[in-house]
Amino acid sequence: MRFRRRKLRLFSHELKESLRMALQAIRANKLRSVLTLMGIVIGVFSVIGVMTAIRTLESSIESGLNIFGSNTFAIQKTPVMQIGGHGRQKYRNRSNITMAQFEELKRRAQLPLTLSVGDDHWGSRIKYGEKETKRNVVIYAADEWAIKNHNTFIDDGRGIIADDVRFSRKICVLGMDVVDLLFPFEDPLGKSVEVDGVRYQVVGVTERLGQIFGESKDNNMYIPVSTFLEKYGSNGTSLVITVEAQSAELYDETQDEVVGIMRTIRKVPPSDDNNFEVFSNDTLIETFGQFTGGVKIFAIVISFIALVVAGIGIMNIMLVSVSERIKEIGIRKAVGATPRNILTQFLMEAVFLSEFGGIVGVIIGILGGNVVALIFNIPAMIPLDWAFYSLFVCSLIGIGFGSYPAYRAARLDPIESLRYE
Amino acid sequence: MTPGALISLKGVTKVYEIGEDQKVHALRGIDAEITAGDYISIMGPSGSGKSTLMNIIGCLDTPTEGIYRLEGEMVHEMDDNQLASIRNRKIGFVFQTFNLLPRSTALRNVELPLIYAGVPVDERREKAEDALKKVGLGDRMDHKPNELSGGQCQRVAIARALITNPSIILADEPTGNLDSKTGVEIMQILVSLQEAGNTIVLVTHEQYIAEHANRVIKLLDGLISDDTSN
Ligand SMILES: Nc1ncnc2c1ncn2[C@@H]1O[C@H](COP(=O)(O)OP(=O)(O)OP(=O)(O)O)[C@@H](O)[C@H]1O
Ligand SMILES: [Mg+2]
Repeated sequence: MRFRRRKLRLFSHELKESLRMALQAIRANKLRSVLTLMGIVIGVFSVIGVMTAIRTLESSIESGLNIFGSNTFAIQKTPVMQIGGHGRQKYRNRSNITMAQFEELKRRAQLPLTLSVGDDHWGSRIKYGEKETKRNVVIYAADEWAIKNHNTFIDDGRGIIADDVRFSRKICVLGMDVVDLLFPFEDPLGKSVEVDGVRYQVVGVTERLGQIFGESKDNNMYIPVSTFLEKYGSNGTSLVITVEAQSAELYDETQDEVVGIMRTIRKVPPSDDNNFEVFSNDTLIETFGQFTGGVKIFAIVISFIALVVAGIGIMNIMLVSVSERIKEIGIRKAVGATPRNILTQFLMEAVFLSEFGGIVGVIIGILGGNVVALIFNIPAMIPLDWAFYSLFVCSLIGIGFGSYPAYRAARLDPIESLRYE
Repeated sequence: MTPGALISLKGVTKVYEIGEDQKVHALRGIDAEITAGDYISIMGPSGSGKSTLMNIIGCLDTPTEGIYRLEGEMVHEMDDNQLASIRNRKIGFVFQTFNLLPRSTALRNVELPLIYAGVPVDERREKAEDALKKVGLGDRMDHKPNELSGGQCQRVAIARALITNPSIILADEPTGNLDSKTGVEIMQILVSLQEAGNTIVLVTHEQYIAEHANRVIKLLDGLISDDTSN
């Protein structure tokens, strides 16, 4: 017990002494220390920065990518997100998903609760009297399920109904951003707005959805899909089919059935891959995960290289530090420091050195990573686990690259060190 | 071996190998015993092996051959860690060149052996202050070596040698870097330590300094040429 306490005291002394020596070493060789620690800072910064940025994105992705209602998936010609440029040709050669294919699917499919078709059009302005929106409004082709499938609700008025589609009525439902802009002081219901020369009567208003990645999800307008195709349809139009399963249990089965029917309709040979994409909230998150995974690995590789370079720098600083203090080591040994004492002292100095860099890297990494949060207007994040891993790795680097210099110090002969000038 | 001997050396040799086949026989076979309370002065011409012998007694170096027994412990068989422990607990070494840590205060320099002995802060501070007062430096505790005179530095070194209450105090030409007046002051401190019951071994070139001792060992070419008690 007494022995234990003695050891503990010795350790706490070694800790203090090493910290003091580390500070001294940094101060004595300012430029070299700064350059070396810069390596550590860059290494830690790149990991922490990227992790913080990805965390902030991820935290908003759960809610943000919930663009579908529950138990819902969609089918369209091309993927939503593409990683890398390859394969673009493959998607271009696919045949479009047409209204006829949708009708066929609707006739054959047994399991789905709802089957919905839609499309979108970008780049038009919506006008009301003197006022008009910018060209960043999205016009959605909608059937009676579209609004629900967009995971929103009617706030006022009514939604799109089957008859609107059957008779290609010129009516619309507006998103809240459009309402804010065109109808700041009046009730939009019953008023007429004009888009690309066509007038639509406003029959409803959707609930406010908020933002994802700094972009509003309310800057849009729904019109019946038949009306939409009359105005915007062309040979190039490929529709998006949205399918809702009856329950979570039937989700997979429903997807299998729909995919099977679509393969038949689109005449895909049994050995070929689908010539259309199936996606849902889950696959969106998964695709995003693949993307962030790549970035993460890239950041880890960069920081690994930076840390190894920095480690060699630390070894260099430590070797200089040892050779500058040969006499001191001799004195310490003469009064009773064991080789192990000296080894510990220099190892801890190396660890402190790399931790200085590590802590700076963590701090600016967190600050830098949260710039993303600032840009996209999402809550800031502190990736404590990654900060911890980084500092842990810094300690390992200190120990790893400090052990050779520390070993040299520990092995010094007391007499020769004392004689050293 | 005399039963009460503090230190016993038998056939101790030290051979330095320089280069391929050139050897320096610094010690050629030393037999000696040191009794507790002794005040021994070692004399001899330059290169006769005085420092080599002191370093071996002080456990800073190990003999090439021979037996070294300190308070019953077989020092010649010990590894580096055990030697460090012996240096820490049983030896107080005073060097010609002081060997103080330049960036640390007198107090911290004196505390150093106690740090490696694992003595708690309060106790070691108290002991270091006492030791510094004993050598007359009670008012210079927070000075660094470059703010102290040579004599004061050597007194700090003596305080450091004293602090663990060692079995033996070794001083290799402690006055060698000091003027004669300061040298006398240092010698007076060593004499008073011996009178207080410490065992002291001192290397010197000065006859008048050697006269304080109650035993004079003379070395010549790595052998004891004369051993006189008075
Ligand atoms: N590390 C070493 N390597 C080789 N030879 C050494 C070494 N240390 C001492 N010697 C040699 O051993 C012999 C004894 O040296 P030592 O230092 O013990 O002499 P000394 O009696 O203390 O001399 P001085 O009075 O000059 O201090 C000398 O010939 C010296 O050259
Ligand atoms: Mg000498």
